[in-house]
Amino acid sequence: MTTNTTTQAAPGTPVLEASGVTMRFGGLTAVRSVDFTVNAGEIVGLIGPNGAGKTTFFNCLTGLYIPTEGTVRYQGNVLPAKPHLVTKAGMARTFQNIRLFANMTVLENVLVGRHTRTKEGLWSALLRGPGFKKAEKASEKRAMELLEFIGLEGKRDHLARNLPYGEQRKLEIARALASEPGLLLLDEPTAGMNPQETRATEELVFAIRDMGIAVLVIEHDMRFIFNLCDRVAVLVQGEKLVEGTSDVVQADERVVAAYLGEPFEGAPGDAEIAEVEAAENGADTPGTTSTKGDTP
Amino acid sequence: MTTTETHETTPVIPLPEAGARLALAVGAAATLASTFLSWTYTTDFPGDLTVTGYPGGLQVLTLIGAALTLVYALATFGVRGLGWLNPAGTFTPVLLLALGTFATTWYTVIAIAGELGGIVNLEPGGFIAAGASLVALLAALGLPLPRDTDPTSSRFTRATAPIFGTAHGRLKQPKALNTWAEIGIIIVAFAIGLFVAAYGIDTPYGELFVGFLIITGFAFGAIARAGLTTRLSALTTKHRQVTVGAAFAAAAAFPFTQDTDEFTLLAVSILIFATVALGLNVVVGLAGLLDLGYVAFLGVGSYTAALVSGTTASTFDVKFPFWAAALTGAAASLIFGVLIGAPTLRLRGDYLAIVTLGFGEIFRIAMGNLDGTSGPNITNGPNGIPNIPDLKLFGYDFGAEHTLAGFTLGSYANYFWLMLVCTAIVVTVFARAGNSRIGRAWVAIREDETAATAMGINGFRVKLIAFALGATLAGLAGTVQAHVQHTVVPEMYVFAGPVPPSSAFLLAAVILGGMGTITGPLVGATLLYVIPTKLQFLNDYQLLFFGIALVLLMRFRPEGIIANKRQQLEYHETDQTAVPEDTTLPPGTVGVSKAGA
Repeated sequence: MTTNTTTQAAPGTPVLEASGVTMRFGGLTAVRSVDFTVNAGEIVGLIGPNGAGKTTFFNCLTGLYIPTEGTVRYQGNVLPAKPHLVTKAGMARTFQNIRLFANMTVLENVLVGRHTRTKEGLWSALLRGPGFKKAEKASEKRAMELLEFIGLEGKRDHLARNLPYGEQRKLEIARALASEPGLLLLDEPTAGMNPQETRATEELVFAIRDMGIAVLVIEHDMRFIFNLCDRVAVLVQGEKLVEGTSDVVQADERVVAAYLGEPFEGAPGDAEIAEVEAAENGADTPGTTSTKGDTP
Repeated sequence: MTTTETHETTPVIPLPEAGARLALAVGAAATLASTFLSWTYTTDFPGDLTVTGYPGGLQVLTLIGAALTLVYALATFGVRGLGWLNPAGTFTPVLLLALGTFATTWYTVIAIAGELGGIVNLEPGGFIAAGASLVALLAALGLPLPRDTDPTSSRFTRATAPIFGTAHGRLKQPKALNTWAEIGIIIVAFAIGLFVAAYGIDTPYGELFVGFLIITGFAFGAIARAGLTTRLSALTTKHRQVTVGAAFAAAAAFPFTQDTDEFTLLAVSILIFATVALGLNVVVGLAGLLDLGYVAFLGVGSYTAALVSGTTASTFDVKFPFWAAALTGAAASLIFGVLIGAPTLRLRGDYLAIVTLGFGEIFRIAMGNLDGTSGPNITNGPNGIPNIPDLKLFGYDFGAEHTLAGFTLGSYANYFWLMLVCTAIVVTVFARAGNSRIGRAWVAIREDETAATAMGINGFRVKLIAFALGATLAGLAGTVQAHVQHTVVPEMYVFAGPVPPSSAFLLAAVILGGMGTITGPLVGATLLYVIPTKLQFLNDYQLLFFGIALVLLMRFRPEGIIANKRQQLEYHETDQTAVPEDTTLPPGTVGVSKAGA
């Protein structure tokens, strides 16, 4: 399949540069001063425990949220904080919970993805000149190529809502690819999938990378992430904890701690138990607590 | 998909099938014969039902119903040459027709007894008709009908299964026809449609119209259940241009079926209403923007056309030719549409509805106050702009009678055709805009605005285009309306009023007919206009019955009379046809969404 992404950067140069991105909702800081780069031709993973701010960070990148501080650059240009302009610039995304146009057909969904790369307005639609027909034909051809790429060409006239779950995920990716992005952002692309489907998605992401599109992926499936990604960043409580290759991240104790909690240093401390019991006995009998050797 | 295990076919009334068939045929034939008898003694009841040997008034409707029942009964019993009438092969159409005949006959008999004060007013013919139609109905209930034995479905669903049991997916394969035969079928179908519609519009008294509604409602249901509408829609999709041509030809032929101007005026009003409803369908059906003040754009067009029409009542001393007036009216509506849309379309859902509702009222009140006392004198205030002259196009006077091929056509026939051209323009615009890049963007915005903007659609811009286009189409229709009515007053453009083109009625026409379709609003508008007009004999109960009818329709057909492909699937997920795989999604898909994602 041929790709004609709008702007292809040479491998190694940064496609996406986020610097100092901070997002506050009132008193809650969901994302705190994150610096982040995706280079051309890379697959980068973004992991973190639930509520770490991964999706919020995604929304900051794609213009759904306007970051409180910091800037996001795509191929050197600061991105406007409007989702449709971000897509136009060349960043396309999928959603954590599938957001297809449920009552449109599979083909129509992909054609909607072509919106920014076509220009025909109302007048040309009403007048139906040769230019309109040509553009419609080209759009449809391109959309069919994408459907073949994800293996849904036989279901072009089905309603999106009637597709099985795994195919809906794939269709969302095809819809995003239809906007000819230079960077694709996938928000948990394998959520709810079985191992076979996950492996198929893995192949799909590699194929997308081979088309020259950089990929940034949020995922909880560690095997998927570490198989796939050239680089992995870990977000914990809105802050970037560590960034590096799979081995570096896997070896990092802080990452394990963030997912599983801090291990106790030695035996449970007597002092802590005493503290708890003191609190339990509370105001009734202050000072009468005794320390015991083992935890209840 | 229907679960076949819980659907079986058994009679509602246990009768031997052969006996039921015989009784049905005899009952239908007897009903048919009874329409030739006299039903009542006096001619006090409207329509002459006293003549033996010649059916009149409501008897004709019973005759048609009984004949259809008989033909469908024979078709279902496997009489050769009639099989095409019932491709679904179930007994449901027969039951519906028997029910329709029964209802029409009993309505007639009860109406005679009620209006003339007692059963004594019935001649034996009336009793025979009532008895025979009851026999036919009971016999039809004795035929094997689709039943729902699923204990989980509600009692109501189970009780109505014989009528609402689906015929989809089991249609017999049609014989291959040649193209001309198919085109012939389409033309015949539209000719029948024109005849039925003309008959309904022409019904001279309320009782006949009620009977007409009953019998056409049941007959249409029967034909749909038999699978003929599915068959016809397959043909019309195949021969699109022929269909559109036939539809407009049938509509254009309407004035020739009329002797007087009375019902042609009604038809023009219906066309205006239907055209505006179709314009609203761009806004509501495609782009999903709830506009509760749409009638104001019709008003902008009308007032503009009235002001430049050259009437002495206009404050502007100009007289535009009609094409210029139409363009001016449409342009004025467009400007108003953009002015209203630009600040409000950033709002979502309910807020937009409130703002448009407000705008609709502001327009009406402003037109009522621009009378020189509380503002500059532009519109003559509540008195409106009267004496709008008749149109003259290329020397053709719209106000005069014309004779065409031996038919004398009144002035409203001219306006009817002009309005038909206007409708054609709106239909073309709707079809072309809907099936294009911009149309897909509208539907995407309606489906999921966040996802649509993430796909690169500028939501505000696209919505503004839909809003402005809708306004322009309404304005165009308004320019014709001004000349048809000869006068323009503010009270014609209310939110909800007794006479249809009001915002609430327009919205009802769109939803009732079927959102996002072309035929839907046209059909919905026709029904919404005709039914209240014809039910005037009910006086105070008119709105009550009208409301009940709307509630029932929305209960049984929430996607509207003419469903578009999408909504049909949306509302009837259990009996969809084109879905090969299991449609249930794993629970993960309904997961809680993170903010904004």
